[in-house]
Amino acid sequence: MAQQSLDIERRSATTTPSPNMRGHVAEVAKLIDISKCIGCKACQSACMEWNDYRGNVGTCDGTYNNPFDLAANQWTVMRFTEYEPPGGNLEWLIRKDGCMHCAEPGCLKACPAPGAIVQYSNGIVDFHEEHCIGCGYCITGCPFNIPRLSDADSKVYKCTLCSDRVAVGLEPACIKSCPTGALVFGSKDDMRQHAAGRIEDLKSRGYKNAGLYDPQGVGGTHVMYVLPHADRPQIYAGLPKDPHISPLVSLWKGALKPLMSLGLGVIAFAGVIHYVGVGPNETKDDKSKVDKSSEHRDQ
Amino acid sequence: MASLAPTFGRGAMTNHWVDIKNANLVIIMGGNAAEAHPCGFKWVTEAKAHNKAKLVVIDPRFTRSAAVADYYAPLRTGTDIAFLGGVINYLLTHDKIQHEYVKAYTDAGFIVRSDYLFKDGLFSGYQPKTRSYDKSSWMYEIGADGYAKVDPTLTHPRCVFNLMKQHYARYTPEVVENICGTPKDTFLRVCGLIAETSTSDRTATFMYALGWTQHTVGTQMIRTAAMVQLLLGNIGMPGGGVNALRGHSNIQGLTDLGLLSNLLPGYMTLPGESEVDFKKYIAARAFKPLRPHQLSFWQNYGKFHVSLMKAWYGAAATKENNFCYDWLPKLDKVHDVLQVFEDMHNGKLNGYLCQGFNPLAAFPNKAKIGGALAKLKYLVVIDPLATETSEFWRNFGEFNDVDSAKIATEVFRLPSGCFAEEDGSLVNSGRWMQWHWKGQDPPGEGKSDTEIVAGIFLRIRELYRKHGGAFSDPVRNLTWDYAIPYRPHPEEIAKEYNGSALADLTDPKNKTKVIKKRGEQLDGFLQLRDDGTTACGCWIFAGCWTEKGNMMARRDTADPSGLGETLGWAFAWPANRRILYNRASCNPSGRPWDPIKRNLIHWNGRAWVGFDVPDFKPDSPPAEGMGPFIMLPEGVARFFTLGNVVDGPFPEHYEPFETPIDTNPLHRQVVSNPAARVFRDDLEAFGKSTDYPYAATTYRLTEHFHFWTKHALINAVLQPEQFVEVGEVLAKEKGIKSGDRVMVRSNRGHIKAVAVVTKRIMPLKVDGKIVHTVGVPIHWGFKGVAKNGYIANTLTPFVGDANVQTPEFKSFIVDIEKA
Repeated sequence: MAQQSLDIERRSATTTPSPNMRGHVAEVAKLIDISKCIGCKACQSACMEWNDYRGNVGTCDGTYNNPFDLAANQWTVMRFTEYEPPGGNLEWLIRKDGCMHCAEPGCLKACPAPGAIVQYSNGIVDFHEEHCIGCGYCITGCPFNIPRLSDADSKVYKCTLCSDRVAVGLEPACIKSCPTGALVFGSKDDMRQHAAGRIEDLKSRGYKNAGLYDPQGVGGTHVMYVLPHADRPQIYAGLPKDPHISPLVSLWKGALKPLMSLGLGVIAFAGVIHYVGVGPNETKDDKSKVDKSSEHRDQ
Repeated sequence: MASLAPTFGRGAMTNHWVDIKNANLVIIMGGNAAEAHPCGFKWVTEAKAHNKAKLVVIDPRFTRSAAVADYYAPLRTGTDIAFLGGVINYLLTHDKIQHEYVKAYTDAGFIVRSDYLFKDGLFSGYQPKTRSYDKSSWMYEIGADGYAKVDPTLTHPRCVFNLMKQHYARYTPEVVENICGTPKDTFLRVCGLIAETSTSDRTATFMYALGWTQHTVGTQMIRTAAMVQLLLGNIGMPGGGVNALRGHSNIQGLTDLGLLSNLLPGYMTLPGESEVDFKKYIAARAFKPLRPHQLSFWQNYGKFHVSLMKAWYGAAATKENNFCYDWLPKLDKVHDVLQVFEDMHNGKLNGYLCQGFNPLAAFPNKAKIGGALAKLKYLVVIDPLATETSEFWRNFGEFNDVDSAKIATEVFRLPSGCFAEEDGSLVNSGRWMQWHWKGQDPPGEGKSDTEIVAGIFLRIRELYRKHGGAFSDPVRNLTWDYAIPYRPHPEEIAKEYNGSALADLTDPKNKTKVIKKRGEQLDGFLQLRDDGTTACGCWIFAGCWTEKGNMMARRDTADPSGLGETLGWAFAWPANRRILYNRASCNPSGRPWDPIKRNLIHWNGRAWVGFDVPDFKPDSPPAEGMGPFIMLPEGVARFFTLGNVVDGPFPEHYEPFETPIDTNPLHRQVVSNPAARVFRDDLEAFGKSTDYPYAATTYRLTEHFHFWTKHALINAVLQPEQFVEVGEVLAKEKGIKSGDRVMVRSNRGHIKAVAVVTKRIMPLKVDGKIVHTVGVPIHWGFKGVAKNGYIANTLTPFVGDANVQTPEFKSFIVDIEKA
């Protein structure tokens, strides 16, 4: 959603220059300290409350993961992993999953719809669903498998890092709700510093590979993790060790771009022919679909 | 409550939530604070992050608390006394105790009567017919001066210290491993961490909850931890204590106000049926000091009691009628919830008023509870939600398979508001009375509980006034001076609890000086009188609403010591003290044990002063020798609880009533608690391990609160469907995979749920056999927006703790198979 007090640094499928009058903006970051997280899901709850969506009442799949996965109506989930390190004691790894708000966002680069994905000057990557064409290219472009296409309205949704709250000086809703201080929010510099203190503490407790997850393959992220086992991020429910934007996206936006423009032209032409020959597409009543997705009672 | 009061003097968390940050070691045992108290748990993370504290979790399951712990030790459910008894033995044999503290502040040197004995699993005085003890031998030797005899050198063979040493010598690491299933090296590692806090500059805190109270030996489990903390000198200290985390918001307030069948407000007790004499009733509770120069604060019992009766009956309570003593019920026995449902089940009750309580879901053996409710003529349910109890008569298929046509109970459902829909105060675990303000009106026909109860009372009083009736005096004379009688305001009630002067009160030292004018609010319980000139609805709450206004509404976060002692934030009973027994944070000469990090209070030469309100006589100099445990007649804390706990002066390991090993390795002829009350039909409903080979335990999940939040959509999304947890080894044996539906059976019924197969429940080797544990979360039922499920308490046994009758939800036996 558009925020008047935040400058948009980058805009999908747009070549005009970005406004940059408000130069005094710090890059923000959310820091998720895995070593303090108890998996209480208060953040999942607060996300639903603030952003006015509700997940579905699902089922238990034999784990504590509920809902099982991210969805258009579930922008953050806890992922629980039981892990036995070689020769060590059992650990129950709990990772809050959601958009990483990459400095070099693969979703934005892949998006063909002008203005559907933006990056604010504070680093937040936001989807403006009213411009979304539902092509799903952002899903391919994301190295973290985050965006989800809604069955109900064919738009893609993900965590906004509560850009609306941050724009007016509030912390994101998940941060506000976290009871243990596992989630903290501030300038990226402050968060790096905070993380350094946490990593020192973890090392003193025997986690010799404790470290910060801020992967440079995507230019760093505005959601970072403190990981007790930073040498093996994959053990945290498949957090990628060295994420990169898919080469398909570079190809799409690089060498193939002129071809793509030609292709779009052909599609537009075909559309005109279709309209002239067949008439306008009937818009189906989408209401039934919306109702289906907001069907909470499953009994 | 029943364990901390006989040990320290008061039945409440000794410290408070914020103070947990001052600990060097946090031990979570008999609870799962991260899961069940996630907001309070932040103080554990604070202790870890800013005090370099270590967190140890001891639990049958690797819990959410264990997920962020430095060290986890498994143990079999129901064996905590064996584990902690082993810790006591370790501390004593390794000489890891704080000697000066133990000598000065505990009963270690007190000499016990020569007829006290513990042999073959029984204490002296056991009477098998009544399943109870004659406790007269559990007493000190009393000298000619009327005081208990003490050997300060701790060499007397029958001093408490040596009896304790002898009692726990049996609890060797090998015995602990054999009973608890905790590997010996794991157990010793925990002992080592605990022992580190025996120095005067390090403290450990114990955090427990229903994982200790919900056993037939629950009181004694807590006692064992209290003894460990006394040996380490960790009581009264910032970052120390035995910290009871209450299971409901304001459940501390419930016990404070005496909402248990044998209590009066402020932990006063109802008389027994033989106590017909008022003066004797008071004298039996106004304990005289057992040592010289001790405060023994319960000596003031008469002042608290008379002030309570004045608050209840006003002008009708006079000196001549013993302040209406005859109107108080005299108990034949304890009428706790289990007893009431036993009576109901036997057809002895006509009606039941069920307020804020969902017994069909929340009490053990659902079949028995449902059967009991069906024998009532009427049931009144006062609740914000449509509870299972209110629809116990309706058929919900497999989840509540009853024949509605055969149930004649008439049910009245009176919708009440919830806490956010009324003003009032909540007492948290740390005894803070915090005022809150109404957020909105209750929806629909909902009314506040106060208004509903006032309505019932006024109608009953009217009936008595019109038609008379047997013994109507207590109803007709009850004080009801509220501005709007059918809607008493919480402020009016709070002021009543605080208490006020009924006549001008003069200074006892200077009779010409008036310290309170008639009608004024009292400053605290020191102003209470036993002559009928003061009224006070709950003496421990005195000071919460004074002439200065509502102390509970204060919101000053100033914390000058940095220890989290925010004296201007709300009000903590008693007298705004934040850490109980804080005199014990100083050495006998009045200097803090840890003057650098734990400078809480000290003696300045004239008075006790500091960052907390001293829990002590403010002008008693150290030389006088008054002990820090001012509520107890000894002045010191008790390792040996005399006759104040019904099942033994020292905790002893007894098996749960349903045990997977069918024996007690310590004394095979006395298996379970010999002093626990068991009703006959329930004895028959216990299972044997041949039919039900697996240990089972019930518990809460963070995503839900009891049986309430399944009515809330977001909570239902976060944890939608009933499941049980099964260890990988057992699951493999039974061919169960994660996500399969399984049936769990006990001798009382069965439930079906999804299996969560996990590494977090480990098989334990106990007394030569492998014991598996099945974990049963409690939250589901047949009302609400989550997926319908079985009531977990279909499985649990109808037997309670020997002292307070809290049901044994935490230890029973089951069988499990693929459904």
